[in-house]
Amino acid sequence: MTLTLSHLQALLPVILISASAIAVMLGIAWRRNHGGSALGTAIGLNLALILVIFALGNEPVDTPLLTIDSLTLFSWVLILVSSLACGTMAHAYLEGYKGPKEEFYLLLLTATAGAMVLVASRHLATLFFGLELLSMPLYGMLAYSFRERRSLEAGVKYLVLSAAGTAFLLFGMAFLYAQTGRLDLPGLAAAGFGVEGGIIGLTGTVMMLVGLGFKLSIVPFHLWTPDVYEGGPGPATLFLASVSKLAVFVVLLRLVISAPAFQGDWIRELLAVLALVTMLVGNLLALQQSNLKRLLGYSSIAHFGYLLVSLVVTSNLAVETAGVYLVTYLVATLAAFGVVTLVSSPYQGEDAAALHNYRGLFWRRPYLSAVLTVSMLSLAGIPFTAGFIGKFYILALAVEGARWWLVGGIIAASAIGLFYYLRVMVTLFLVEPGMRHRDATPNWGLQAGGLVVIGLAFLVVVLGLYPTPLINWTAGL
Amino acid sequence: MILVWLILIPFLGGLLCWQAERWGPQAPRWIALATMAFVLVISLGLWWVGDFTLTTVTEPGQWAYEWRVPWIPRFGIEIHLALDGLSLVLIALTGFLGVLAVLCSWQEIVRRVGFFHLNLLWILGGVVGVFLALDLFLFFVFWEMMLVPMYFLIALWGHSGSEGKTRIRAATKFFIYTQASGLLMLAAILALAFINQANTGNWSFAYEALRQTELSETASTWLMLGFFIAFAVKLPVVPLHGWLPDAHAQAPTAGSVDLAGILLKTAAYGMLRFALPFFPEASAEFAPIAMTLGLVGIFYGAVLACGQHDIKRLIAYTSISHMGFVLIAIYSGSELALQGAVVLMLAHAFSSAGLFILSGQLYERLHTRDMRLMGGLWGRLGSLPGFTLCFVVASLGMPGTANFVGEFMILFGTFPVAPVVVVIASGGLVLAAIYSLILMQRVHYGPSQASEPLAGLDRREYGMMLSILALVLFFGLYPQPLLDTTGSVMAQVEVLFLEAGPPADSLGGEDSP
Repeated sequence: MTLTLSHLQALLPVILISASAIAVMLGIAWRRNHGGSALGTAIGLNLALILVIFALGNEPVDTPLLTIDSLTLFSWVLILVSSLACGTMAHAYLEGYKGPKEEFYLLLLTATAGAMVLVASRHLATLFFGLELLSMPLYGMLAYSFRERRSLEAGVKYLVLSAAGTAFLLFGMAFLYAQTGRLDLPGLAAAGFGVEGGIIGLTGTVMMLVGLGFKLSIVPFHLWTPDVYEGGPGPATLFLASVSKLAVFVVLLRLVISAPAFQGDWIRELLAVLALVTMLVGNLLALQQSNLKRLLGYSSIAHFGYLLVSLVVTSNLAVETAGVYLVTYLVATLAAFGVVTLVSSPYQGEDAAALHNYRGLFWRRPYLSAVLTVSMLSLAGIPFTAGFIGKFYILALAVEGARWWLVGGIIAASAIGLFYYLRVMVTLFLVEPGMRHRDATPNWGLQAGGLVVIGLAFLVVVLGLYPTPLINWTAGL
Repeated sequence: MILVWLILIPFLGGLLCWQAERWGPQAPRWIALATMAFVLVISLGLWWVGDFTLTTVTEPGQWAYEWRVPWIPRFGIEIHLALDGLSLVLIALTGFLGVLAVLCSWQEIVRRVGFFHLNLLWILGGVVGVFLALDLFLFFVFWEMMLVPMYFLIALWGHSGSEGKTRIRAATKFFIYTQASGLLMLAAILALAFINQANTGNWSFAYEALRQTELSETASTWLMLGFFIAFAVKLPVVPLHGWLPDAHAQAPTAGSVDLAGILLKTAAYGMLRFALPFFPEASAEFAPIAMTLGLVGIFYGAVLACGQHDIKRLIAYTSISHMGFVLIAIYSGSELALQGAVVLMLAHAFSSAGLFILSGQLYERLHTRDMRLMGGLWGRLGSLPGFTLCFVVASLGMPGTANFVGEFMILFGTFPVAPVVVVIASGGLVLAAIYSLILMQRVHYGPSQASEPLAGLDRREYGMMLSILALVLFFGLYPQPLLDTTGSVMAQVEVLFLEAGPPADSLGGEDSP
């Protein structure tokens, strides 16, 4: 097929992000300038975001390798917004970093481009390519402050386990190819991969599930999550928790919707069990954590357990549920990690992530802790926050599918989850006389990072009060 | 629109209190006081001008005031507020106890005054929302939302009890109990909405629509249980009461007043408004079990109250006992008993609020709630012991107090339906006398620990006590205005029960605690 102008127009955001990555790289080669690199990144991301927003509602455009439909555009908006938040936080965070600062933005832009390709993929080649383009820069980002033992450990750990996941994924793809002789998703779906392929097709499907499960840290593939979350520098963890997870989940969603293999009863039962185990184990393991980043890591495991429910139930509500839940999870997570990053900014060694660093934060930084409180409430799914709308959807979907075990699991997991979310919240308000740990810089509210987290918290509340625009948007996916 | 303001005023007042702290510690107190007084005045005004006989048996769903706008059209969710006699009485109660809660923390709360009143007013706003919301989604939103400020109230301004029972632990326990049971109710609400959607093709969470939903027998039993458990945790009904004594004992006085006075009543309200009308048949079948649980609650609460050393824990256990009576009345389905339940709810709110405030005042003077360290306070404390005697007597149901009217109506109204239950429940009254007198004896009589006099009641404290006492006596001597207001609502519930088939006349002798 030939590429027409409309194809080019649809692909322009990805091209723009790649071009900004090159521009930032050339800029670094010419003269190092932290502010300049950050500015270039922000301009590139913003331009791409504007383009995507204008493209919303356009007819889907397909190329042999990529599909730009409403789900793609939806994910692109979320990816670009998260990357922007990440870039803004990184600027404040890296100010105090002694080593080279500018490369972080290069890695960030590359990973963003990878995520955008991943969510748009309609061919196993682009799927693999996007996933690797997303993961490779993440190793660098997680190990960015490599003089810290934990950061280096996080990077290496993620590298090894991610490579293992990728191996599973590739192996699974090979099986599918052996069965069907196709690599493009529509062709695979039409050939009925996994269904008629007997043991080979089934093995391929399950192996792909395992590979993606690693990236989503679904139990039992979750072991890397807390260490990597704890060790990685704030902005890198923020990116990992938001963009990387979102992109991989969207691709899994695409596979499940399009492929008959995932609609088989057997694989759905498997997904249901994984969902139940993931939400319970994630929440249970979070109970004993005294490190906020670890705690959020376990909490993200639990949230992807909830999200898996949207893959289990066949219903016209399923994609809408996944969309709504992704948005609500994303805003709350970004706000929470944003606060952690701001409290640790500018960089002075290990992040301030231990819970005792946050004792009485409310009485020193009322707005910052209000943001963290709102995001915790949202993650716990309390009414008047976005998280409640998400939880409402998940519960509705489970009830609609009459999966009463999952309903029970969601209720039990939420009750367990409350325990640690409440612990974080109340810590913020406890007074400890004469105690002054790490703190955000006094003028944090004037900085861009402060505005970003306040905006996110505002969004959490607005979406909780008036979710109709979000619902209308996701209902069209 | 006036209904929206009833909810919004406390929320806005709370925000104002938070910001007003910069003008000194007194500003939030006065703002909070004015806000709650405003709510009280509005609800009394509505009571004065409104006609609450509208909700007739033949035409259910007629409200004295109503307000609805679409909220989430995707699921047919509306902001639907409506007021009838029952909700009005409870909102007026909320306003009154809100004023008391602000007044009783005037000297108790000295740290972070603004944030305290933000939480206090948001609880009250959430409670008003619960009493007004008719859309089930909205109802659930308010039901869950009021937990958060309550959590903060207990966790941040509470007292850490003895034996390693910290206030944060108590607050977390309270939150998890109520939130988990609330999610169970949400699942039941969703299932109801899905069944309704499957039947009619339309999404709706509206009260009238969901009431008409046709349910299979098993479905209605399960869904009824979902609602019942959520309300039973809040009421509380005995196997699910674990959070209550801790939360009460650890909460600041204002928190205890709110908890005992209003939050427990939201559960009874939920049963009357939602659980019974939605599932009349299933509820009628469930009635024997519910009444048995009520009996267990009466005796369990009373017996455990006798063994407490902490004065607030004692009062908390008596709440369990009193709510047992309310539960029996609700599931008896007779109008007289249901009216009695409303009177008892109000009376219990007054008497327990009075006792909690008094124990708060004792704590301010003695810095302990342990009754073993008290004794012989009569004569050292001015008029405080006298007031205590009045509320203790009200709590045990002495004629002339509103509690007597409520308990008498409940027992009298339930007797034709379930005589055995009434006979056993009457035994609870004896225990009530015992624990009430134990409280009085241990705290105010007996050998004195010291002889020097303690500070008497100041004008603020005296005024609070006097106003509660006046209400207890007024509704004890002349409960008719109250009965007129709620009569039509209760009559409707009775009709539902009668339509659901013969009410639990199988209550021969199989139920003993």
